[in-house]
Amino acid sequence: MSAAISTAAAPVTTAAEEKVAVATQLQLTWWRFRRHKVAVASGVIVLFFYLVAVLADFLATNDPYATLAARSYIPPQEIHWFDADGSFRPHVFALEGKRDMKTFRLVYVADPEDKRYLELFVDGYPYRLLGLFETNLHLLGLDRGAPEEALFLLGTDQLGRDFWSRLVLATRTSLFIGLAGVAISLFLGVLLGGISGMYGGWIDTVIQRVIEILRSIPTIPLWMGLAAALPATWSVLQVYLAITVIISLIGWTELARVVRGRFLSLREEDFVMAAELAGASQLRIIFRHMVPSFLSHIIAAVSLALPAMIISETTLSFLGLGLRPPAISWGVLLQDAQNIQALAIAPWLLMAAIPVIVVILAFNFLGDGLRDAADPYG
Amino acid sequence: MAEPILSVRRLCTWFHQDEGIVRAVDGASFDLEPGHTLGIVGESGCGKSVTARSILRIVERPGRVESGEILLRRPDGSVVDLVKLDGQGREMREVRGGEIGYVFQEPMSSLSSFHTIGNQLIEAIRLHSDMSKKAARDRAVELLTLVGIPRPAQRVDSYSFELSGGLRQRVMIALALAAEPRILIADEPTTALDVTTQAQILDLLRKLQAEQGLAVILITHDMGVIAEMADDVVVMYLGRDVEQGPVETIFHDPAHPYTRSLLQSIPSVLAEPRSRLRTIEGSIPHPYARPAGCPFHPRCADAIAGRCDRSLPEPTHLGARHAVSCFLYGGSGVPALPAGLLERAE
Amino acid sequence: MITYITRRLVLALVTCWAISVISFIIIQLPPGDFVNSYIANLSASGSMVSAAEADAMREQYGLNRPIWVQYGKWMGRVLQGDFGMSMEWGRPVLEVIGDRLWLTIVISIAAIILTWGIALPIGIYSAVRQYSIADYIFTLIGFIGLAVPNFLLALIIMYLGFKYFGANIGGLFSPEYDLAPWSWDKVWDLMSHLPLPAFILALAGTAQLIRIMRANLLDELRRPYVTTARARGLQEWRVIMKYPVRAALNPFASTIGYLLPFVVSGSIVVSLVLSLPTVGPLLLRALVAQDMFLAGAIVLLLGVLTVIGTFLSDLMLMWIDPRIRAGMHG
Repeated sequence: MSAAISTAAAPVTTAAEEKVAVATQLQLTWWRFRRHKVAVASGVIVLFFYLVAVLADFLATNDPYATLAARSYIPPQEIHWFDADGSFRPHVFALEGKRDMKTFRLVYVADPEDKRYLELFVDGYPYRLLGLFETNLHLLGLDRGAPEEALFLLGTDQLGRDFWSRLVLATRTSLFIGLAGVAISLFLGVLLGGISGMYGGWIDTVIQRVIEILRSIPTIPLWMGLAAALPATWSVLQVYLAITVIISLIGWTELARVVRGRFLSLREEDFVMAAELAGASQLRIIFRHMVPSFLSHIIAAVSLALPAMIISETTLSFLGLGLRPPAISWGVLLQDAQNIQALAIAPWLLMAAIPVIVVILAFNFLGDGLRDAADPYG
Repeated sequence: MAEPILSVRRLCTWFHQDEGIVRAVDGASFDLEPGHTLGIVGESGCGKSVTARSILRIVERPGRVESGEILLRRPDGSVVDLVKLDGQGREMREVRGGEIGYVFQEPMSSLSSFHTIGNQLIEAIRLHSDMSKKAARDRAVELLTLVGIPRPAQRVDSYSFELSGGLRQRVMIALALAAEPRILIADEPTTALDVTTQAQILDLLRKLQAEQGLAVILITHDMGVIAEMADDVVVMYLGRDVEQGPVETIFHDPAHPYTRSLLQSIPSVLAEPRSRLRTIEGSIPHPYARPAGCPFHPRCADAIAGRCDRSLPEPTHLGARHAVSCFLYGGSGVPALPAGLLERAE
Repeated sequence: MITYITRRLVLALVTCWAISVISFIIIQLPPGDFVNSYIANLSASGSMVSAAEADAMREQYGLNRPIWVQYGKWMGRVLQGDFGMSMEWGRPVLEVIGDRLWLTIVISIAAIILTWGIALPIGIYSAVRQYSIADYIFTLIGFIGLAVPNFLLALIIMYLGFKYFGANIGGLFSPEYDLAPWSWDKVWDLMSHLPLPAFILALAGTAQLIRIMRANLLDELRRPYVTTARARGLQEWRVIMKYPVRAALNPFASTIGYLLPFVVSGSIVVSLVLSLPTVGPLLLRALVAQDMFLAGAIVLLLGVLTVIGTFLSDLMLMWIDPRIRAGMHG
């Protein structure tokens, strides 16, 4: 060694760097993701919506299926927070329906003298909490009153069904149909994308061409055709499953593309080569070594595929070709708001658009943040 | 001795990033004499390229020329400080390409693949003259001939991806010379090329310099290229010039420990077979963690404890044109920025 | 270059074939053969069909033959331009579709032109002024455009139009031109009604395209040829417009491949909300009424036209990319 040069100071690794060096791909992604404030907030919103979905019946204030002509098109009720003496006692005024003799429509007049107080944990219609426990406990309700005088936070529809209760139940349907659709897409996508990326050759070519063909066909007419062919005699559950399958027919292509891309680049990586040389089986290499290293990419792709699924279901149901009443989903609710006549009478029915937009927006921000975070070095 | 055509004085170019400030160039000074070739040498990351780009004021954001002077002497004797010009302004743009040509390291990606090379050459020619399109095209063919491209009349209409790496670098040189600049900056012009092509491009540069009387700044990490091409040498380390002088002095009588170790790391055919090539211990410090004092002291065997790690050495003159910034040769140290180097004893 | 065109052409043909199979499946899916539904339809309107006539019809359409023979017969007729009869309308399918197909195409093309017209300058601005306030605002609007399904947007805009202007803003023609034969005045009337549906259809695509243009241009702005152009003394905006924007234009233009199916899809639903005379409402009605020849023909025509559009845009892309022209890429 040259006399002029001595050993330099050994590189100092701090504890923090040490932590980064041994972190798994998923941990790295998580750390990066936490720095995206908007994405984290969106994640919280998404979780909140799923919580609503799980507790839908508990949050509903009225039986969402119960119709009553006497309470058709009640506008959203105004909540008064303070009593006359200034104490905090939220209440609504009792409504009295009167028929307008010119338009023959029911008009509701609030009676400020007749206060109905809001109460927590009241008894209502029976349901199964989480599908397990029979109960009739609900979060919110009025202290007294006949069915037509119940609490209508967001008003009622033409058949007098409580819109708030229908909205929370629709949230459950729409969010879970999205999850189910993504699960099917994910299965197809990982399977076909994985085969495509792992084996290459003619299999890859065929799968890639199939994806290209599927992506060049306008999806909505296709879905409409398939959905319209579902027999009218099918039960709500059968239609639900069939619609899920139909909307995931297209969704898998994007996931397959992501998986294939990761497989292609990982196949060349040294650690995969090392595992192969060490004699690990193909399956072990895939599930033990490759999948964990692109799990975060999959999570990101899934969170971007979910809103697309939700839009698909909403669109189909909106057209009357997806879920059919008595099933309740966002699309089914929006169908009621389809024509201008209905909107002119009951503009609050358009409120079903709000959760759709908020959830899709949140999923997009979340997915974007996750995608950025999934490439910690890129 | 001739007046320098370009003088860089205590140039500082910093990159303001979220994590902190990277001082890519931090007090570099040197002179370029007319008709001479000045070699700037150093390891990658020492600020050679940023220095060159600072001269043309094309440092990319978040980089910025913070302070210092870049004095360009015009043929009429007037001197303009490029640092004081508006980077986007008309005068600076006329300097770019017009007075100073620039050849980049990456011939593969430095040309647009959506435009013919003729299109780019004609653009460069017409930017700095009021030639007609027709005349500019003739001039473009002439330039391609000058840089030794076969069948220039046809090649003028080809796209860069239809040319080999060597030919592309010739086109780059033609582009740099399009407006007949007086100074040519060649930033690692041969690094991306194979050895035979390297030699051809260096020959071409030498020939053009002689024919056109160009002053050339040649930036490289290759001491071999320096030995072959340069008249004067500046050795840079962490954004500072640590030693400069005529090429013979630098090669035969290097003063700075860093220069000495750079020279020892050149492979030689005369070396003992199977002996290990000498390398410089350690690596360039992290840009956010510049050592205090002399930037080279953590890797230097001769570092004087309590001195080299405390203050920054000022340049010391060892000869009329040979200067070194090192406490081994006495000289004063300042914690502040050093004064410009090479204050000639004229 | 020839191989490139051939490959694209073969893929387009295979796609058309796949679409025809899917359309055929859609026609076949409802229970019972279509002669049954046809007879049921006719009986409902009072006329009777004898068993012999029914058998003759089955023979004519090959309904008693294996499924692939039926497909072959159907395809054979389709290739001759015979899409069969619409049961609900009692007229040939093509006659029922009429102008609606062309109006669908006009709306889709208008939406794509609008999408590009909005996305291109905004994308360039967002990339060049990355992290500026305007960049953030455009990104936010883009996300919202992405998140609002276009039928919802149509619904909301229609509601607002009704509430604040008291007018129904749907339709593509003023009432006086609705049934009038084509004339320049009618074309002009159509043009004046186009912007709103085109804008609604364009919004979601615009958001995606802004992001694509921004990302591509950010990539290109970092490339050495940009610095080279700067070092030549070119003005900054000319550097950007001539070189990196030109390079980023190609991936941008190639988005038509999925933009077209996306817009055509969207036009169906938006047409329903805004009651536009495109094939959208017709398709829905045909599906609900199980008028399967009409529905199948619409799905087939929309799919094939989309594929042709994509193929033409591929050819255009090839023509503007010197690298493909020179045969660098298969």
